[in-house]
Amino acid sequence: MTSAREARAGWLFVLPWVFGFLLLTAGPMLYSLYLSFTHYDLLKPARFTGLTNYREILTDDRAATALWNTVFFTLLHVPLQIVLALGLASLLRRAGRSAGFFRTVLFLPTMTPPVALAALFLLLLNGQNGAINAVLGWFGFTGPQWTTDPAWIKPGLVLMSLWTVGSTAVLYLAALTRVPGERYEAARLDGASPWRQFWHITLPGISGTIYFTLIVNTIASLQVFTEAYTMFFGARPSTPAEGDAALFYVIYLFQEAFGSLRMGYASALAWVLFVVIAAITALQVRLSRDYVHYEDRS
Amino acid sequence: MTRRLPVVLALVAVGLLFAYPFWWLVSASLKDRSQVFDNSLLPSVFRPENYAEVWRAVPLLAWVGNSVAVGFAAAAAATVSSAVVAFGFARFRFRGRNVLFGLVLATMMLPAAVTMVPVYLEWHAVGLATTQVPLWAGNLFGSAFYVFLLRQFFLGLPAEVFDAARVDGAGPWRQFRSIALPLARPGLIVVFVFELKAAWTDLIRPLIYLREPELYTLPRGLKAVLDRFGQGGEAQWELVMAASVVATVPMILLFLVAQRYFVRGTVTQRVEE
Repeated sequence: MTSAREARAGWLFVLPWVFGFLLLTAGPMLYSLYLSFTHYDLLKPARFTGLTNYREILTDDRAATALWNTVFFTLLHVPLQIVLALGLASLLRRAGRSAGFFRTVLFLPTMTPPVALAALFLLLLNGQNGAINAVLGWFGFTGPQWTTDPAWIKPGLVLMSLWTVGSTAVLYLAALTRVPGERYEAARLDGASPWRQFWHITLPGISGTIYFTLIVNTIASLQVFTEAYTMFFGARPSTPAEGDAALFYVIYLFQEAFGSLRMGYASALAWVLFVVIAAITALQVRLSRDYVHYEDRS
Repeated sequence: MTRRLPVVLALVAVGLLFAYPFWWLVSASLKDRSQVFDNSLLPSVFRPENYAEVWRAVPLLAWVGNSVAVGFAAAAAATVSSAVVAFGFARFRFRGRNVLFGLVLATMMLPAAVTMVPVYLEWHAVGLATTQVPLWAGNLFGSAFYVFLLRQFFLGLPAEVFDAARVDGAGPWRQFRSIALPLARPGLIVVFVFELKAAWTDLIRPLIYLREPELYTLPRGLKAVLDRFGQGGEAQWELVMAASVVATVPMILLFLVAQRYFVRGTVTQRVEE
């Protein structure tokens, strides 16, 4: 194949993605940037309003609540998810032949549609007679009102999210099995304690995977929508007791865009989210330089 | 073996903790309304009629059909288009290829919420904003993660088979169809089952695009069931739980059939990065 023919064939094959990029990514982003400076309700043509939307966000209490809820949830959810997944993966690694069975059991919850999961946990987390408080009761604790007390709604959502830790645990398990066994043998000969082995061999060995899940889970967590929306919004009017304790950023964005038809304002909200996510990701990338080891990338 | 015993015991405890909500779900879907909250492991009166009742109250069968149709359309579109694009990146050298592939990787990091509004407005502009088309048609252009994953598969194939085919006069498309696709089958299955699951469990896009209850997919329908039967003193939670079981069971079956592909996909998804 001449290089001209090869180049033409290459371009023809990647053409669908180029179209998709223009139609579904680059085009929409420019469009959204433009809309964020306008007032647009679908009925009348978009009207240019300059920085009005962004100025409104600065004084919008619900936007501030939504952003705070989202960051709070992420700060709780992401580290807990990583630590728990790491613990489960270490257990699975030492489980021998039964690891396959338990891997399946841990993975199954991640297959549950989030709406079904949310409906189910609305009952399990119920403060009066839900199963979770019943279990806490066995140990003498009086569980909180997970679904109605504004102070406990977000912790309840975090607790629920831990049920789907399985996919992260499976990732860590795969990473753990690739850490060379000789290192542990050498460390044992030197008399290193299990804890020291974990700290100096295991953690550096899988730091690339941990780092990647940190970034991916953070981006996903900052866009959390389905479970909280299913449980506390929609046709169910949220009660004054709940307030906006479960109002996450994308829920607010969704309400502004498709409930109030404020397409311009919603676009400005989206750009703020984009900047927040980009900044947090950049910060994580920067910090990772000191802590992530990519030895097998050579 | 004795050293393994504590590990296995710990895993059994964790396993029960993870399995219990499933048990609760199925058990509650078979209970009498007055019993849903009593936390007994088994219903004292079995009421499979709950399923018939929710079936009569809402168009559950239509929702299952919609989810199957949308799910398979989304999965087929994503698989075929991502394979075509991935083959282009893996097999041919052309000017701009590396820049373009860098863009593919960059879009993997783009928060989906940012394009939610403008993409809706595009579908609105072409008059398809209240149909099921937006739920799958975007997949016709290949999606970043799957392109990345399949490109790895194609790069792993030995170059000699393509060279041999070329000597025999096979053009690029024949090389793709007759050699690359059959050899990449495990990767294609990973993409297919991943996208099938993603489409089957998605709520936000059906919320944005679907207005008519007859067009709902299962998660959107389930949300409607929850809104109708999950509030106030008259709540009928056993019906909500029955509908939840109907939405969940196909995914569990899919996983049990395609388990190794799910695990492989999850692992390649993040680790290869």
